[in-house]
Amino acid sequence: MNKMFLVLEREFMSRVKKKSFLIATILVPLIFPAIIAGMIYIAVQSEKNKDVEKVRILDESNLFVFEDEKKYTFTEVEGTLERAKEEFAKSEDLALIHIPALDIYDPKGITFYTRTSPGVSMVSGFERDLEAKIKNMRLKEAGLTDEKLKELETDITLASFNLSETGDEKRSDAKSTFWIGYVMGFMIYIFLFAYGAQVMQGVIEEKNSKIVEIVVSTIKPIHMMMGKVIGVASVGVVQFLIWIILMTAISFVGLSAVGLSMDPAQVQEMANSPEASSLQQNEKVMGMIEMINDIPIMQITLLFIFYFLGGYLLYGALFAAVGSAVDTPADAQQFMMPIMLPIIVALMGLMMFVFPDPHGSASFWLSIIPFTSPIVMMGRIGFGVPAWEIALSMGLLVLGFWFTLWLAGRIYRVGILMHGTKVNYKTLARWFMMKN
Amino acid sequence: MLGPNGAGKTTLIRIINQIIEADQGEILLNGARLSPEHITAIGYLPEERGLYKKMTVGDQLIYLGQLRGLTRKEANLRGKQWCQKLGIIEWWGKKVEDLSKGMAQKIQFIATVLHEPKLIILDEPFSGFDPVNAELIKDEILGLRQNGSTIIFSTHRMESVEQLCDYVALIHKSQKILDGSKVDIKEQYRDGTYQIEYKGELSTGGQFEVLSTEPSARGLQASVIQFSPTANPNDLLKQLIGQVEVHTFVERIPSMNDIFIRNVKGDSHE
Repeated sequence: MNKMFLVLEREFMSRVKKKSFLIATILVPLIFPAIIAGMIYIAVQSEKNKDVEKVRILDESNLFVFEDEKKYTFTEVEGTLERAKEEFAKSEDLALIHIPALDIYDPKGITFYTRTSPGVSMVSGFERDLEAKIKNMRLKEAGLTDEKLKELETDITLASFNLSETGDEKRSDAKSTFWIGYVMGFMIYIFLFAYGAQVMQGVIEEKNSKIVEIVVSTIKPIHMMMGKVIGVASVGVVQFLIWIILMTAISFVGLSAVGLSMDPAQVQEMANSPEASSLQQNEKVMGMIEMINDIPIMQITLLFIFYFLGGYLLYGALFAAVGSAVDTPADAQQFMMPIMLPIIVALMGLMMFVFPDPHGSASFWLSIIPFTSPIVMMGRIGFGVPAWEIALSMGLLVLGFWFTLWLAGRIYRVGILMHGTKVNYKTLARWFMMKN
Repeated sequence: MLGPNGAGKTTLIRIINQIIEADQGEILLNGARLSPEHITAIGYLPEERGLYKKMTVGDQLIYLGQLRGLTRKEANLRGKQWCQKLGIIEWWGKKVEDLSKGMAQKIQFIATVLHEPKLIILDEPFSGFDPVNAELIKDEILGLRQNGSTIIFSTHRMESVEQLCDYVALIHKSQKILDGSKVDIKEQYRDGTYQIEYKGELSTGGQFEVLSTEPSARGLQASVIQFSPTANPNDLLKQLIGQVEVHTFVERIPSMNDIFIRNVKGDSHE
């Protein structure tokens, strides 16, 4: 145990003393907000300088009236569709909308032409617009006056709350929970790969430099491996904590500077216009500001550290075993796939199942199974996960990493002393079965 | 400890170092069964040896010393003393990757003996050393023996066996085929051949057999003679004096090299 700590200490110190550690630790929290701030800046600028786009309307039904708005101006064109298309193709205009003669109770055949593929939000914006117009026509036919129609217009923003059993109300915000989940899940994903690769690299280096035989004559291989794996993990935790502190500080300063330079009414207006795809950046900003204000940072940080450590130990052990089995990083490629697969499945599951349906059964299972739970549970956590699920997931993760440590230890103890052996899965299985 | 490649020397050494476990049998150290407590009593210099390239000499020695049970302070102090002794103290703060191979070998040797082990296991310790440094390390090894350490020395180099070893064990195909003190073994392998230089003609009718004869300097003849290994050399000398004028008379003691080759080859012909 004492010696395991020595190995751990050496791993930690040798990594923390590196210049690259210092650079990464200081630069990442500077670069990350800088990138976000840069993106916001570009979004704001492009919105300011945005030209009003022209849209041509060929309305054969003669029912629709389009009024120019902030983003689009509309021009009615006459003649055949063929001619209109031809002219549109020569023009610089954004789009051509062709409305055939139609029945407002069965509106079919409206076509939208653009020169390049339009964004989803743009198409749905026009769809909403046309739907509203047709609805208004129907309402008019039903006998409503223009004044009545004006009165019918409402603007609703949902204020949503989470109700707990004890009756406490907690403000919830789908956007900020999405962003927490996204950032946390993705960070675990990156950490697993980055630090897992570091362990593997370290083991291969030790094996190649032949120091390993001297070390294992003083300490059990499993303890050496665990010291190494945990040593790298503590580098990760320390780095992460420094990042959290630096980034929180920098984000506050940076975001408040950007936020203050914009007119609040303008922010509101931009956030409300659904067509503006580039403006999603602003929603991100709003989400992040709210996130920082509303989120239990302490709880999430602690859970993050737990899931990072658990997931890292689980995969780090496997990475160490692979490192011990091979002589060069190139040889390691063939063994990487089965390790990387569940990590990638977890990230895809996060995108495909958790964000659309955070409490569905796929989300549940992916956040319980140890191989995917670190990424998926961190992605889910913002949506409010029952305590028993978190406890079960944590418990299984602990069992999971004990299992992989045991499995990896059995391969490691043989692998590190083998040089120039051609290794395949059969060899690994034989090493695993080899009695002590 | 001698033996051809693949005989099992390194395996045995690894078992003694508790890196791997023996399939059968047990190892006793001063009468006590080998256990993890013995790690601090053993120093091991493997044949395949290396150091952490990015670590400084000092950190490295302190780390390896601590793994063998020294405190940080002790390891620091003794490491510096040894570096002083071997003339590499100015490299204490340098990274190992900046060192020459010979210097790295010295560091490895220091790491092996830093904790003053009672049992020192050296696997081909001289490989990679230039003659000057090899001599330096040889003197240190002999000094350690003088101070009461037992040294297990695994090698192919017979000249270092001749110079350094008191006892010899020869392993072949995982079996010990020969062991004992070097003197006894040589005695055992005396085959009664003698090398003489003389003036005159040897007759072939005696109790000895002339294996070869060739002219030597100053008009002398040099012959190799086979005599009974158990008989007294004086008897041979008496017979020779009767026939020729003897200038030199030397018993051909088998070298460890001969003994090694004879045992290993003889076995592989079976």
